[in-house]
Amino acid sequence: MTLDVQTIRKDFPVLSREVHPDTRLVYLDSAASSQTPLPVLEAMDHYYRWSRSNVHRGVYRLAEEATDLYEGGRTKLAAFVDADPRGVVFTKNATEAINLVAYSWVRRHHKPGDVLLSTLMEHHANHVPFLYAAKDLGLEVRHVPLTEDGRLDLDAARDLVADGRVKFLAMVHVSNVLGTRNDVAAMTALVRDANPEAVVLVDGTQAVPQMPVSFRDLDVDFYAVTGHKMCGPTGIGALVAKPERLEEMDPFLTGGEMIRDVSIESVTWNDVPAKFEAGTPMIAEAAGLAAAVDYLTGIGMQAVREHETALTQTFIDRLSQVEGVTVHGPRDAELRGGAISFAIDGVHPHDVGAMLDSKGVCVRVGHHCAKPLMKHLGVVATARASLYLYNDVDDLDPLVEGIVAARSFFRR
Amino acid sequence: MSMDDLYQEIILDHYRKPKNRAPALQDEDVHVHHSNPLCGDEMDLRIRVADDKVDGLVFDGEGCSISQASASAMTQAVIGRDLKDALDLAEDFRRMMHGDEPARPDDLLDGIAFQGVAKFPVRVKCALLGWMAVRDAIETYQSGANAHTVTHDDDGGAA
Ligand SMILES: Cc1ncc(COP(=O)(O)O)c(C=O)c1O
Repeated sequence: MTLDVQTIRKDFPVLSREVHPDTRLVYLDSAASSQTPLPVLEAMDHYYRWSRSNVHRGVYRLAEEATDLYEGGRTKLAAFVDADPRGVVFTKNATEAINLVAYSWVRRHHKPGDVLLSTLMEHHANHVPFLYAAKDLGLEVRHVPLTEDGRLDLDAARDLVADGRVKFLAMVHVSNVLGTRNDVAAMTALVRDANPEAVVLVDGTQAVPQMPVSFRDLDVDFYAVTGHKMCGPTGIGALVAKPERLEEMDPFLTGGEMIRDVSIESVTWNDVPAKFEAGTPMIAEAAGLAAAVDYLTGIGMQAVREHETALTQTFIDRLSQVEGVTVHGPRDAELRGGAISFAIDGVHPHDVGAMLDSKGVCVRVGHHCAKPLMKHLGVVATARASLYLYNDVDDLDPLVEGIVAARSFFRR
Repeated sequence: MSMDDLYQEIILDHYRKPKNRAPALQDEDVHVHHSNPLCGDEMDLRIRVADDKVDGLVFDGEGCSISQASASAMTQAVIGRDLKDALDLAEDFRRMMHGDEPARPDDLLDGIAFQGVAKFPVRVKCALLGWMAVRDAIETYQSGANAHTVTHDDDGGAA
């Protein structure tokens, strides 16, 4: 299956933009945030124009429509990641979803001496909430080290769980820096072999946009998703969970919408997932996310995955041939997603970014919110190009040209 | 962005052949370490004071071309000045980076070449790193201490 990229690009108005005179915009930063296709804009516009009202409890037509849009978003997202809609809690982003787990699960279910297992390739979003909880609660945190080519070192992981004290695992599905696609099943099996009660959270932020994901097959407890990297709007994400886990948990944020009954001195919680959705939710964003899910489903996630794998391999092969360029992470595109971090010998990533910008190429430079990983790689920052369904081989030339130019311009 | 707006020839010269870049300074009075986690810039600045003047000043570290070049130009503009005068000049540079016309363009020497950087908000911090470090070094000296470490704001950022 090949994607018709030229047709897909027409759905993303921004891609026809020139950022400098006669310079086509080459967007290679979808791992930070993807662009928005027209149907998503239209869905949000339609809500604001024609169905704007608050959700739930309204008895009039508009309120029913708004509720349908919001709850429809939940059903669609659930189907997209093959999960029970009762386990889908809308949050503002993946970071909030992970914090929900840190507060309502980790902080309430773990005791001093319990061990949390994580990895050296986590985004700060999947690191800091647990570090913080561990400090407050006196938990120990262990980190799975990486192999030379940027994969999880499963042998080392086995040693880390051997004492049976690991009660919780937080790991990323696809790395935003190295691109590595982790073997969630292998890690979960290893952790649960040592402790069958262990609870697992997977950060699916970079996986859901790029490949088919089945929450049921992954068989983990929690899975964090963010809307703005999967063609959806900003301001919406989700915690996907086993509903029975959610039922065991106390709320994270409290207020309206999440209660069943309230008196002046007592309160009972609503059913899941409403129990975790305090206040007026992100209604337009849920409508937009539903449209994004429809859009991606229409193209087919398997096709997206195949397109990206082939393109990633082409990019890596070409970049590796450019003198002075080192690509981080696995070389084999089958083992990774479309985020490609690279270093240019003797040139600071900031300067690389500036040169690329002058050629219309958008890449991200910096630590990518993964400072422990940067330390492990022995760098302070990297430049990262990341690919999506609207990228094609014609985006490679300006990238390589910019890299070659940066190298000759900044070489001392 | 045009590369020429940001990377003027003077800036590139300082980047390629930095002045007063060294890992140590004889008889140093103060050593400050400044870092900017967002860019991953690290800067060590060492100062020696005599007769209330900047008698010796070297920097070392890692960073983008703008931060390295600006620190280099800064050392040339600051060496030999009274401490108070050097602080005043650093303040002038800081204001220039926020869009003001510099009051002492001639005294900034090559530092004036960085005026255009003010148009690139994400790079302003880079250009300021050396200047903020020298200000800190002088104030640290005046307070009687001999070392100081500062981490500049990290705006977090996406990705
Ligand atoms: C791997 C990973 N996890 C978590 C996040 C956080 O996502 P968000 O900022 O949407 O909460 C990101 C992106 O920034 C990411 O790449």
